[in-house]
Amino acid sequence: MKEKPDVLQGTLALMVLKTLDVLGTQHGWGIARRIEQISGDLLAVNQGTLYPLLLKLEHEGSIASEWGASENNRRARFYRLTGAGRKQLQAETRDWEQTAAIIARFFKVKAEDLP
Amino acid sequence: MKFLRRFFIRFSNLATRQSADQRLQDEIAEHLAFQTEENMRLGMSPAEARRQAALKLGAAQAIRDHHHAEQSIPFIENLLFDLRYAVRMLLRSPGFSLIAIATMALGIGATTAIYSVIDATLLHPLPYPNPAQLVRIEDNLSGVGAQDVGISVPEWRDLESSGIFQSVSISGHGADVNLTGSAQPERLSYKNVSSNYLAVLGVDTQLGRIFDPHDATPGFNLEAVISDGLWRREFGGDPHILGKALLLDNDLYHVVGVLPSGFRDLGSTSEERNTEVWLAAGMAGLPFPPPMRGTRLQSRVVARLQPGLSIAAAQQRLDALVASLKKQYPAEYPAQAAWTMRLSPLSESVVGGVRQSLVLLFGAVGLVLLISCVNVANLLLARASGRGREIAVRQALGAQRTRLIRQLLTEILLLFLLGGVAGFAILFGAQRFLLRLVPESLPHLNNIAVGWGVLVFAIAVSVAAGIIFGLAPAWLMSSVDLMGTLRQEGRGSKGSPGRSRARQILVMSELALSLVLMVAAGLLLRSFWDLFKVSPGFNPDRVMAIQTWLPGPNDPAADIYRTATQESVLLREILRRSRTLPGVEEAAIGDVAALPLGHSRPSQLPLIREGVETIDNQAPRIYSPIVSPEYFHLLGMPLLQGRLFNDQDLEDTPQVVVINQAAARIYWPNQDPLGKRVRLHLDARQMLSSAKPAWTTIIGVIADARTESLADAAIPQLYRSVYQRSAKDLAIFLRGQLDPSTISVQVRQQVQSIDPQLPVFHAETLDDVLSTSLSVRRFSMEMVALFAATALLLAGLGIYGTISYVVNEQRREIAIRLALGAQRANILKMVLRQGLRLVAAGAGVGLVAALIVSHLMAGLLYGVSPTDLPVFAGVTFVLTTVALAASYIPALRAMRLDPITTLHSE
Repeated sequence: MKEKPDVLQGTLALMVLKTLDVLGTQHGWGIARRIEQISGDLLAVNQGTLYPLLLKLEHEGSIASEWGASENNRRARFYRLTGAGRKQLQAETRDWEQTAAIIARFFKVKAEDLP
Repeated sequence: MKFLRRFFIRFSNLATRQSADQRLQDEIAEHLAFQTEENMRLGMSPAEARRQAALKLGAAQAIRDHHHAEQSIPFIENLLFDLRYAVRMLLRSPGFSLIAIATMALGIGATTAIYSVIDATLLHPLPYPNPAQLVRIEDNLSGVGAQDVGISVPEWRDLESSGIFQSVSISGHGADVNLTGSAQPERLSYKNVSSNYLAVLGVDTQLGRIFDPHDATPGFNLEAVISDGLWRREFGGDPHILGKALLLDNDLYHVVGVLPSGFRDLGSTSEERNTEVWLAAGMAGLPFPPPMRGTRLQSRVVARLQPGLSIAAAQQRLDALVASLKKQYPAEYPAQAAWTMRLSPLSESVVGGVRQSLVLLFGAVGLVLLISCVNVANLLLARASGRGREIAVRQALGAQRTRLIRQLLTEILLLFLLGGVAGFAILFGAQRFLLRLVPESLPHLNNIAVGWGVLVFAIAVSVAAGIIFGLAPAWLMSSVDLMGTLRQEGRGSKGSPGRSRARQILVMSELALSLVLMVAAGLLLRSFWDLFKVSPGFNPDRVMAIQTWLPGPNDPAADIYRTATQESVLLREILRRSRTLPGVEEAAIGDVAALPLGHSRPSQLPLIREGVETIDNQAPRIYSPIVSPEYFHLLGMPLLQGRLFNDQDLEDTPQVVVINQAAARIYWPNQDPLGKRVRLHLDARQMLSSAKPAWTTIIGVIADARTESLADAAIPQLYRSVYQRSAKDLAIFLRGQLDPSTISVQVRQQVQSIDPQLPVFHAETLDDVLSTSLSVRRFSMEMVALFAATALLLAGLGIYGTISYVVNEQRREIAIRLALGAQRANILKMVLRQGLRLVAAGAGVGLVAALIVSHLMAGLLYGVSPTDLPVFAGVTFVLTTVALAASYIPALRAMRLDPITTLHSE
């Protein structure tokens, strides 16, 4: 069985924020599951890094959390994006798109294009 | 921002010990449950579903660790852990901990004690707002060797308008005045000040107002500002004091303000410091001399610099001003007088005299601290060999060296801190007792307090010393030969060569440092002893001086003691009655300047010699006491030439003076001074009544006496007779078998039965006066000697510890030697030689350092050369003896070693 690549360093936070942005409130497992689904099961979220990351984001004030009941009536801790988190997400999205565009341009360039 | 926020959350987690661990475990459990359900939906058996879920989650403990690291601050957690461990280690060897803590308590306590004195005197000498702006201005006529000649009113106005200063004030030196109308006439210290004086210092009243420009009308002003102390003492803290009358020297003043209780006037004499009444004066108009440039007021000038102006820059601008004034008034400032104005920080004039002593003390106490630190470092190294196994085990279990060093350092720091806090606690408890040792002449004695600032200093010193002296032992302790140590099992391990070399260096430096301290103490002791033994040239035995003060009202006509003739009636009656008191054999009268060593700043008068061209303000200045004819005999000052005063020398007979040998030698070299004539620029009132004082003839020369300073053999003096020249500040000298407890009451009764308005105060024996005059020197000497003794003790302990340790290490070797037939005396010699080697090296380094130090402190020495051979030799001898004695005990132990049992136990 081929090893699924781990999430690229530093992008997990962005994925978590985006997931919460799309799904609204969600618990930890739900976030992990969602990330794996969106990646088409190409990525494995290292659960070991997810919870410390959630705590870090909470300390930074990007997300907030509280206990609640899940769809099948389980007690679970739900995370949601805060105003600051939304702003952070927008900023990081812009940065990411810019980086991606630059990389894309590098891939496109051919020798004869250069003056 | 985010970082800070995270830090605070972590910190609060740490402080509240609130753990999110439970939450995480719950969350992980939920996570596993969700995953298991998902897996079961995919068709796994419940057991397999749980297994796969757990596999997917990964190691739960690692997540918890990771989470925990995110949550708290590992550095502080480790510190707490280290601290707990350190406390356990300290408790495990209480003897060692106690000795180390006591040593540090000694070092840091002593340093802190001296620091508290320095803090009050040198660091915060001026308790006024923006003290750095305050300066003193001195007029000097360096061309004729005259320093601080006072300022004239036109010069004062020039300074005020120069733009260099915010404000320039003039104040008289502290002087005395009689407060009458109270139960007992009281002598107070007062100051005549220009109306802006209190404003320049930046002080405000608690009641009423300070002076304003209206209080600067020409002549004397009748407004008085009083101190909180006087207000409470004489007026019971009367809230309606403002406007009330104050009878000072029979003049009526009224109170316009009361200063806050914390205010103390500046000044270097006790009169100035204890000032309780401030009177505004115009400094011009009657009875002051007319404002001419050459007519200088006997005053000190205190000014506040413009904000932001440095002293150097202000001095430059002042020099330019002086230069232009000299050009403008060439007749007033002749080139040969070389008139200059010098700025100095005001703090300097307050503490200048004691700075050197305090710096010396701080240096000495610093050496003691250093020796304490060295000793503790030494103890730590000695213990290192005992702890080698523990450290090796921890290293074997994977502890990193930096981690080990951190932990050892924590332990050492804890020791130092405990020592520092203990030292501070002892100091705090004993401050009342210790303050009594501090000489009263130290400025700002009352401000010395052992408070928070001093505690902070103690802790800072402990931490700094702990880090500096803990790093090397921690480094050396953490480097153990892992395999060797562990293999040795329980046997006494041999220390590493690095450690024993470090210990030897430490002991050597300890010996060197104590030698330096002992040399300093020895030199000071010899200086003090020489001063103490010096023949003062007068005989203070069984002599008491009791002071009184004749009022001098502003209106000369109201002064019943205006002329010497008027005063002489009183003086002769006082002398006659004093001689009838029990035990009195002789009595004399003089002014305060005639009181030997009892006044810190006697005024000097310009000496104008007949036939020597001088103008008033360029004349040399001379001390000029006023005495009654019996004075010289009472104090045992022999006449060398001519005659003394007699009863025919009165106010209306030609004025005569007696000079001392020094005056004769300096002002009439190779001439016979008898019959030479001089003129003294006398006090202001005198100047107004007669345009030119008459010439005064020298009639006698007496032997030099050290009445001004014990350290100075020959200060020129010119004595005037009290029956020719009136004096207000009187001292009654009595010789005989006197009972100090009753004599002052008896004298007061006699004086007040003649004039009930006269205060009688401050009875003291001349022996006390002499001993007080040496108090700062005695204090430095005693302190340095105490520190030196401490240093010697610590160095002795250090060498004892080291040699014991060396002997312990060589036990096996010694036992083998003994078994092979070595003589016990040889063993003794071998061990002693090791001790001697350390002493020799330490003493060698110490002697070089001591030579440097002794030259630096040459200014504090009297009558002894900085390279005084007996002191150096004696100190080296004492140190060597103590060190050899300290090595003798372990050497004896080595000699008595029983080879059989020793080798058996090894």
